[in-house]
Amino acid sequence: MTARVGVVTFPGSLDDQDAVRAVSIAGGDAVSLWHGDANLHGVDAVVLPGGFSYGDYLRCGAIARFAPVMEKIIEAAREGMPVLGICNGFQILCESHLLPGALTRNDHLHFICRDQKLKIENNSSAWTRDYAVGQEIVAPLKNGEGGFVADDYTLDQLEAEGRVIARYLDLNPNGSRRDIAGICNEAGNVVGLMPHPEHAVEELTGPTTDGLGFFTSVLTSLLSGQAVNA
Amino acid sequence: MVRIVVDVKLKPEILDPQGRAVLGALGRLGLSGVSDVRQGKQFVLTIDGEVTDEKLAQINHIAETLLSNPVIEDFTVQVQK
Repeated sequence: MTARVGVVTFPGSLDDQDAVRAVSIAGGDAVSLWHGDANLHGVDAVVLPGGFSYGDYLRCGAIARFAPVMEKIIEAAREGMPVLGICNGFQILCESHLLPGALTRNDHLHFICRDQKLKIENNSSAWTRDYAVGQEIVAPLKNGEGGFVADDYTLDQLEAEGRVIARYLDLNPNGSRRDIAGICNEAGNVVGLMPHPEHAVEELTGPTTDGLGFFTSVLTSLLSGQAVNA
Repeated sequence: MVRIVVDVKLKPEILDPQGRAVLGALGRLGLSGVSDVRQGKQFVLTIDGEVTDEKLAQINHIAETLLSNPVIEDFTVQVQK
């Protein structure tokens, strides 16, 4: 028995096929979803992949947030369906207000593309269950607008509630407040991450296979009925 | 025909790296005495017919949900006749 994990393709998505492969390698049934879909085809979880949805016009993720499929995903996420937003997907989740804060232009203004070291700080979310707290992983990072910002009250709250799921190690690549690379919602089913775990699932093409844990975690969570924190 | 101008700017506490880059260029172009540059966006909506209170409320809602992100940006809506 396994779970059906949907991967949304928006006009301008780049990493949807890599996300589909990552789901399959982890042992899940990957289901392609289209931005214009008005239903979720019975998926148990959704990945919003990286890329430049709608050309990143207006603000990254601002137009994608109003896509027909997003209306359904927002509804399902509020009811506990696991959703992982990677890079542009993280931006879409912030624009949807499923996650707090926003992602802004890198402080140095340059697009960045590097293999980034991260520290996992939360292994109780639906997407990080298979990691150990404190585990160091390496995954590709590639963004122009990856600086996570929120007011101090929100940042304090995220840290106090253990909702920072990963932080940048060694260097802060984009000016993210408090070195934050990824966060989750209160229930732990919605996770946003700026680095790309789907590019670190195979030795042939990735710097490591460290990213696979996000995709196996959601299967573990779904099959054990722990998609949402108690 | 009525024009409605929506100005969107980053909240003062949000770092504006683009504005900072422009500030750097100003110095190189010989303009001194500029202590800060903030970059924003302007949307000009051309409306056919009358702008009713209801339509203005709709536009305010769109300005708050689509044209700006209230987490990082402030906006103003002005009607130009």
